[in-house]
Amino acid sequence: MALSRIRNFSIIAHIDHGKSTLADRILQVTKTVADRDMRDQMLDSMDLERERGITIKAQAVRVLFRAADDRVYELNLIDTPGHVDFTYEVSRSLAACEGALLVVDAAQGLEAQTLANAYLAIENDLDIVPVVNKIDLPAADPDGVAAEVADLIGGSAEDVIRISAKTGQGVEAVLQSVVDNISPPRGDPQAPPRALIFDSSYDQYRGVLAFVRMVDGSFHKGDAVLAMAQGTRFDVEELGFFSPGMHPAKHLSAGEVGYIVTGLKDVSQLRVGDTLTVSKAGAVEPLPGYKDVKPMVFSGLFPTDSDQYPELRDALEKLKLNDAALSYEPEVSQALGFGFRCGFLGLLHMDIVRERLEREYDLDLLVTAPNVAYRVQDMKEDWHEVHNPAQMPAAGDVLSTEEPYIRASIIVPKEFVGPLMELNQERRGEFGHMEYLSEQRVQLIYDLPLAEIVLDYFDQLKSRSRGYASFDYDLIGFREGKLVKVDVLLAGEQIDSLSLITHRDNAYKQGKALVEALKERIPRQMFEVAIQAAIGSRVIARETVKARRKDVLAKCYGGDISRKRKLLEKQKKGKKRMKQVGNIEIPQEAFLAVLDINRDGPSGG
Amino acid sequence: MAVEHLYLHVPFCAHRCGYCDFVTVTGNEQLQERYVDALIAELRHHHVPAPETIFIGGGTPSLLPDRLLARLLAALPDCGELTVECNPETITPAKAQVLLEGCARRISLGAQSFQPHLLATLERLARPAAIRAAVDLLRDAGVESLNLDLIFGVPGQSGDDLRADLCDVLALAPDHISYYELEAKPGTRFSHAHGEELERQAEALEDHYDAVVATLRAAGYRWYETANFCRPGHEARHNMGYWEGRDYLGVGVGAVSTLGLERRRNRPGLVAYIESLEAGRLPPSQLELLTLDERGSERVMLGLRLDRPLTIAGLEPLLDVGELRRLESAGLLTISGDSLSLSERARFMANDVVSSILR
Repeated sequence: MALSRIRNFSIIAHIDHGKSTLADRILQVTKTVADRDMRDQMLDSMDLERERGITIKAQAVRVLFRAADDRVYELNLIDTPGHVDFTYEVSRSLAACEGALLVVDAAQGLEAQTLANAYLAIENDLDIVPVVNKIDLPAADPDGVAAEVADLIGGSAEDVIRISAKTGQGVEAVLQSVVDNISPPRGDPQAPPRALIFDSSYDQYRGVLAFVRMVDGSFHKGDAVLAMAQGTRFDVEELGFFSPGMHPAKHLSAGEVGYIVTGLKDVSQLRVGDTLTVSKAGAVEPLPGYKDVKPMVFSGLFPTDSDQYPELRDALEKLKLNDAALSYEPEVSQALGFGFRCGFLGLLHMDIVRERLEREYDLDLLVTAPNVAYRVQDMKEDWHEVHNPAQMPAAGDVLSTEEPYIRASIIVPKEFVGPLMELNQERRGEFGHMEYLSEQRVQLIYDLPLAEIVLDYFDQLKSRSRGYASFDYDLIGFREGKLVKVDVLLAGEQIDSLSLITHRDNAYKQGKALVEALKERIPRQMFEVAIQAAIGSRVIARETVKARRKDVLAKCYGGDISRKRKLLEKQKKGKKRMKQVGNIEIPQEAFLAVLDINRDGPSGG
Repeated sequence: MAVEHLYLHVPFCAHRCGYCDFVTVTGNEQLQERYVDALIAELRHHHVPAPETIFIGGGTPSLLPDRLLARLLAALPDCGELTVECNPETITPAKAQVLLEGCARRISLGAQSFQPHLLATLERLARPAAIRAAVDLLRDAGVESLNLDLIFGVPGQSGDDLRADLCDVLALAPDHISYYELEAKPGTRFSHAHGEELERQAEALEDHYDAVVATLRAAGYRWYETANFCRPGHEARHNMGYWEGRDYLGVGVGAVSTLGLERRRNRPGLVAYIESLEAGRLPPSQLELLTLDERGSERVMLGLRLDRPLTIAGLEPLLDVGELRRLESAGLLTISGDSLSLSERARFMANDVVSSILR
């Protein structure tokens, strides 16, 4: 297809604002999917995605649309993930497009996430087609929301298309606007091929599938291909496009979007953002924007039933095939047994991995409180990276410590600037600058320790801005921090999985909050339980759970033996869900106490 | 049927107490005669020649008119211990006579409390004076072994109330005392009315239970079962049958039997029960088949309620050796040879201990 007849675009929308419904409707309107084959959210292939209504992995689908000029256009819809953890993946998806539909719910108005991605699209020089969806809702305010959207992207409210993806009203107009207002791809069909990988997935029969946007030249079946940043080489086993099923093609040419079957056995060999070219006489200059995404948030995953350890290992191996950003290594905890220390891009990524393990692999997991990667310099001045508080050496063996920092960009209506500055101050944030983007909207720039945002920062940001703040961040490297390890002792025994690394100034407060949270979560039992928080050998906080003195069924005669036996069996089952440390049974949720310690005081940080 | 322990259920009560979850019936006097005959019919059906113990429980067996109670007692086979449950307000000189003539030499009297306000909360009909009068009457008639049932943990019961009850019960010098913690079972009228109060006093109940055990032991009673105390030689032999895991036959509406691996529960409908037996059939019942492991687990659960060691020969596969060692090293139990016994503290915590040591 000639470049002038191709349009590549994605949809930017807040969760629940109708992105998937609109994508479904586009497939229907263009007859890409017969009505009888239609099911909700066609493009989200994982069960989990369909159920949570979010999109984790970008995918692309090609539709053919006969426009008002009676010509047929090839439209490639590239789906993007919607959350800050996947900002990098979003930016690569957007880099594969020339335009984006900005979809806003007519009843809800603009939301934080949409803003961040809309700005990302504007930064990438994308043409924006503004759309107000759900105009059929009783609470809809299409004119008000259209004005808000026009204000954001510059333009007039009349140009904002009003639709109902649910009923199909206005969907054709959206496609016509894509043809009219989004630029056709630029690129040199004659140059050596260059293709941007904007996503990949793993198929157990065909190996790694790369989703690519051809920028220059073309690829053919059998081409010997090189991934320029990573140096991975493979032959093109097959290529083609999704519509929405796989359609093999003879070639993929400049401007087009499609897939390449690589035969590679591991997605980590083919990273999102890398540039593909041919091995011989290929392009010299890769496409801009490749970044090696490293996990920055770590957490221990333990099977609640230790017999499931081999299954957990197999499941992680399989997930890793499809998720290059996931890392894991074996970990042994005296309280939780054998498990894995896993690295994630962020909290949502962690949540998704955990849910997939529990749901798709039927595992029952205990996930410890997340922490970040720290750098520790020992007395010989050698640096080590610490992914687990338990690995932190004793204070006497540490020369200095560093922690990862992020640069946060927060966009918020001006009335919330005060509360958000306060929040960032509490979280050891360093103020960068503040800028009025419009009369209403302010951008705040702060440098913050990553550790301060992994627990409940998003929740706080949302609650203190009534949901209006949009948040995005970039890692900016490690900085020195006065970090200490706080250990927890239960009945005198140190519980490795409960240790945490924190800033020295917060240690006392956090230690106290932690033992209090544990006291709430450890039930009274046969023995008294002393709960202590300590830095090295110095105890900084203490609580006691008194021993229970009575646990016996009052009356037991011939008529109620079965019932009593069943009660005991139930109690037995409850015990099995506990972890035993010495003489104490610790309910598994106690290990999540760390998650709670920031919730009460505003300066938990 | 050669069975050593026979239970007969008499469901009639003058009033159904709020905390009760037994099979009971009020206001059906005209059915009492038909029921007694049905009960005797069911008993004949089973041909129990000479059990070691018989227990007539309820309901309120002593609520039966004298002639019906006499008829029932006369129909019983000879046995070594015959117990009849009675409520104080039903004991008249004539009733005491009927009981003794029927060879009921062990009487279990439902006192529950001696404090008028607690009796009112429990919806008991007897007043404290009636309890004392009943004890005197039964003693005079020649009852050889007298049990008093008491309850602690009544909503609104203070430490002083408990001490007063303990004094009152000791003053009557019964041979045997059953002291139960009030169990407000889900779904009873009582849990509904008092659930919150019961939860509030949960911690005070630990003190109450301690006080009950300490006081009765100091007065010379043996704490021979979780909730039961006796003077030497006055153990409830019938109930020992349950706690030692022996077979028993239950006769009457709602009654439960355990024979080998069969546990059978007669259905609770009174009319259906009577009509079946009047038609010459066994009453409708529900059968629960037990596994050997389940019976073994029950053996452990019940046996550890007693103050004597449990013989664990044959039960080993059901026990978690690691947990036994752990609790032994914590001083909660001792194992010597093939007998397992709980420390005093562990007896207060028997559920926790048993659910730990069973696999």
